[in-house]
Amino acid sequence: MHAFEYQAPTKLADALALLAQHHGAAKPLAGGTDLIDQMRTGRYSPSLIVDIKKLDELNVLAVADSGLRIGAAVPCHRIKSNVQIQQDYAALYDSSQIIGGWQIQSRASLGGNLCNSGPAGDSIPSMMVLGGACVIAGSNGQREIPVEQFCTGPGKNVLQPGELLVEIRFPRPVARTGSHYRRMIPRNEMDIAVVGVAACVTLNESGDQFADAKIGLAAVAPTPLLATKVSEAIVGQPVNDTTMQNAAEVAKSIVKPITDMRGTAEYRSHVTGVLVKRVLQAAVVRAKGEILDYVPGH
Amino acid sequence: MATVDKPKYKVIGTRPIRHDGVDKVTGRAKYGADIRLTGMLFAATLRSPHSHAKILSIDTSKAEALPGVRAVVTSQDFPEQGDRVVELGEGAANMRHLSANVMARDKVLYKGHVVAAVAADSMHIAEEAAQLIDVQYEPLPPVLDVLQAMQPDSPILNEDIRTESLGASGDDNSQPTNIAMHYLFEKGNLDEGFSQADVIVEREYDTTMVHQGYIEPHNATALWNADGKVTVWMSTQGSFTARQQTAELLRIPVSHVKVVPMEIGGGFGGKISVYLPPVAAMLSKKSGRPVQLVMSRTQVFEATGPTPGSHIKIKIGAKKDGTLVAGDAWLAFEAGAYTGSPVGMACMCVFACYDLPHGRVEGFDVCVNKPRTNAYRAPGSTHVAFAVETAIDELCEKLGVNPLDFRLKNAAKEGTRRVDGPVFPRIGMWETVDAIKQSAHYQTKLDGKFRGRGVASGFWFNAGMKSSVTATVNLDGTVSLVEGSTDIGGSRTGIAMQLAETLGIAAEAVMPTIADTDSVGYTDVTGGSRVTFATGIAAYEAAKDIQRQLVQRAAILWEVDAAQVKYEDGGVVGPANQKISFAELAAQLHETGGAVIGNGTSSAANQGGAFGTHCVDVEVDPELGKVQVLRYTIAQDAGTAIHPSYVEGQMQGGVVQGIGWALNEEYCYDADGRMANPTFLDYRMPTCFDVPMIDTIIVEVPDPQHPYGVRGVGEVPICPPPAAIANAIYDAVGVRMQTLPMSPPKLCKAILAQGN
Amino acid sequence: MSKKHVVSATINGDEVEFLCEARDTLLDALRNSLGMTGTKEGCSNGNCGACTVIMNGQPVVSCLVLAMEAEGANLETIEGVACGSELNEIQSAFLEGAALQCGICTPGIIMQAKSLLAANPDPSEQEIRFCLSGNLCRCTGYDKIVRAVQAAAAKKRSVAS
Repeated sequence: MHAFEYQAPTKLADALALLAQHHGAAKPLAGGTDLIDQMRTGRYSPSLIVDIKKLDELNVLAVADSGLRIGAAVPCHRIKSNVQIQQDYAALYDSSQIIGGWQIQSRASLGGNLCNSGPAGDSIPSMMVLGGACVIAGSNGQREIPVEQFCTGPGKNVLQPGELLVEIRFPRPVARTGSHYRRMIPRNEMDIAVVGVAACVTLNESGDQFADAKIGLAAVAPTPLLATKVSEAIVGQPVNDTTMQNAAEVAKSIVKPITDMRGTAEYRSHVTGVLVKRVLQAAVVRAKGEILDYVPGH
Repeated sequence: MATVDKPKYKVIGTRPIRHDGVDKVTGRAKYGADIRLTGMLFAATLRSPHSHAKILSIDTSKAEALPGVRAVVTSQDFPEQGDRVVELGEGAANMRHLSANVMARDKVLYKGHVVAAVAADSMHIAEEAAQLIDVQYEPLPPVLDVLQAMQPDSPILNEDIRTESLGASGDDNSQPTNIAMHYLFEKGNLDEGFSQADVIVEREYDTTMVHQGYIEPHNATALWNADGKVTVWMSTQGSFTARQQTAELLRIPVSHVKVVPMEIGGGFGGKISVYLPPVAAMLSKKSGRPVQLVMSRTQVFEATGPTPGSHIKIKIGAKKDGTLVAGDAWLAFEAGAYTGSPVGMACMCVFACYDLPHGRVEGFDVCVNKPRTNAYRAPGSTHVAFAVETAIDELCEKLGVNPLDFRLKNAAKEGTRRVDGPVFPRIGMWETVDAIKQSAHYQTKLDGKFRGRGVASGFWFNAGMKSSVTATVNLDGTVSLVEGSTDIGGSRTGIAMQLAETLGIAAEAVMPTIADTDSVGYTDVTGGSRVTFATGIAAYEAAKDIQRQLVQRAAILWEVDAAQVKYEDGGVVGPANQKISFAELAAQLHETGGAVIGNGTSSAANQGGAFGTHCVDVEVDPELGKVQVLRYTIAQDAGTAIHPSYVEGQMQGGVVQGIGWALNEEYCYDADGRMANPTFLDYRMPTCFDVPMIDTIIVEVPDPQHPYGVRGVGEVPICPPPAAIANAIYDAVGVRMQTLPMSPPKLCKAILAQGN
Repeated sequence: MSKKHVVSATINGDEVEFLCEARDTLLDALRNSLGMTGTKEGCSNGNCGACTVIMNGQPVVSCLVLAMEAEGANLETIEGVACGSELNEIQSAFLEGAALQCGICTPGIIMQAKSLLAANPDPSEQEIRFCLSGNLCRCTGYDKIVRAVQAAAAKKRSVAS
């Protein structure tokens, strides 16, 4: 690994000042599960590592009537073990328990997953469908953007030099809402998504119609996608196979997957359709308040 | 299960705690990378970014100028080898090729091929310095496909290779070629055989390169002392072959190299060939300091010795009554950069499970721009088992015969002659098939949608070769056992148990040590499923030697003729029925003549062969093409299981490696010949969450060539899984898979194609 | 040579100070600065689990932690699992159940199993397999490892009750 310096500020202002001073040559370190490997392989060679785990603002994990706040450095193990998240933001739970193994989840954060901006980031579709918003701090104060606008390309995002992702905020889901994330991987664990799909659906009072639906897709485009066209095909439609099959077909029509060693474009497109159906079915089960019978990887 | 009546043993067949166990669960065991020597430097290598290129120049000046750098080496520092072929214990090697694989000379033949190395005060400095070495290349077109590499217009890797033939004739030896070896074996009359067949199946198969996947990367720590003596601490499957390879590559006498075998973190055949010791030794010579060189995981994938990809054609025929009458096989194996794939052994294995009256097998060893392949657990046998065992499943389907009944009817047995010539002694193929047929698993009906069951069998020769041990009796009634077989999976306990059984003492009363090459007699590699067999024989012989000496000591004590004294039941009995136990006699060694040291060697004994039959249930997700293994049972002939837990462990471990090979593991290459997945993340070996419990049935048909009937168990369990799983997939979804791995995209495509 | 820094941490109950460069991983520091080679290196990118240690109560792969992040941390490594000369129930179960062959993955798996049993004293087979999925073992096929963790859990429960 190349030589660099390390700082672990305890105040947000100090962290921002360090990042600003180094004009993009400084990298924030949360869990490091991507960054440390990327430095070892030479993809990034920052001159300064700013460890952000000692900043209170980035360690917030708060569930309130107004919604959920997750600090950008909160590790997955805190998220997956939070009972309220398991209930009300289940897709985040689903994602947090399959990002790497437990050892990775002890360190990896949603903020890191977003800032790494990989097309296959397992938490990003879940954050999108739950209406997540990124709170970004910089020398000029804070700004807020929807999660789906954060990533701009593989490994690229909207953060300007000197800016730091502070937290992700989620609105409280309304009644009869359920969400789910799952991915296709060749193994059952420890793998990069060939395709990942998240859905968050809200049912009408009688439970037979989609009042709202959001679909997030991973590994099928240069960035994770919020598939609004798929939502349009679902909202107002009856909860049945036809609607879900239709959603699957729309999803397949909007993805632009690549062929690589993890799967061919053709296969990824096919899997998108399969998973959209399955994830919608699972989200409906949860929206009805039923227990979802699901084992990761299976 | 005791398949054949055998003696009652006191130690053999029990499950004592392994002697090295406490060290290994407390972190105290020292593996190769754990050694720390005074003044030790850390080394790093620079490796080729190209899969095929000429090296035009290497400039190391910037690296040498970096503060903290102590030595830099390139091929210029290593002696020329010329056209030497040297016997290295597990086969002969062309030294020019071996040397060029350890440090590239004029050409690089695969991405990751090492071109230079640096030793420095820290790992970070060594890595930085390696990047400062400037190498100019002239890239050449690579050839990655085995069939393309056989074409006359293919790029040629090695100008010095001409086709060598074994059994074949008519090869053109005038031009450089990628076809290094051509094998041909024949038995009976193939045309006549097929003319008798009522049903014939003819298929082609492809497998991709896969890696042994041991968790510990290769390592070597070397000290080239001022007296010209070289000591190498390393993790190796064979300290004596490592010593010889190192000495030959450095062109110094074998006696000037001492290899100290550290604990080894897995090998499976991949830690026999040396990569690092000559480089670390040369860096030590230039720096005057001990040097440690450890590979990264990516280097392990890109530049050690995986097992080849292959292209296989199989044609088999049987009569209506299920009698196998003819088999024809054509095998092309990737050798990698230099000659040496296991295709010859694959030729011998392909029909070995069966009594085949008419057969022909032809094999080709073909160089391609991938790492030089090496042994991997039953080398070559898994490839051909995948092909022939799935072809047999098709044949059985066409015949309407149960696949296990077909195997029972056609199983190779004592007296069966293989297509390549040898005649089997007593073997247990039939018994393993029968064990699966009687198993709780096979007897339980499999229910459920998209679920299927498959069976397959496999063969491996098992090796004999040479082993030595020394056993010293201690005054407290224990024995210190010194052996040369490096212990990868608990073998020191299996050896100690055979010594203990022979002496009639407890397994815990034997203290085994794995010694360096100056401290024990010549011992071949821990490979070929040979250690419990051959080093076991050496331990048995050492115990017999101790028995003879103790008989004499007792005769002195009792003042009788030694001819009237015999060793039995853990002690010595005299003519007047005097008895003295081993421990009592050990306590009196000083009074009766001093130390008793037993020596034992094994060199002539050969094994009769190992067979296994497997049964697997799978569930296929037909929309995703993903396979879950639901239940797995393996029946294998272990001859006599010395330590049943470690026999089961070998069987279970081999099965799971076979599951990985079947479903996901592969070397993915881009068009330029760069491995796209050189990490554990993307190479995808099975995790704990991917497999079920693996049920084992130990079949025991003792091998008459071993005093206790041992057969090696390490290798054959990897052979049947890909075929068994392919057959189960067919049973589940009606798709015949003819390529490995049967990964989700491929299986999904096949299922969709079938639907159309 | 890059500047070295002093890091203070608690390792296996002892207050420890060590020197490291900012670019050293915790794994580097344990093995090289502290000579604690019980923690193994298998891949250096977090995919094999051989370097698993427990940091502030959670299992981590020490190859993906910077040594400087350990400042003030409470670390547990394989060297601290046995209580003096008495093995932990997981270590005993691994020996009795022959749950290791080459042993290179064993320290990491024991640390991971220790984390599991601390959080879940009675895990199902599926929970054990899911928990251990970040720890590759190439020798055993996992069967005896899973059984050893089950046996250790049962032993631990019987001692606790």
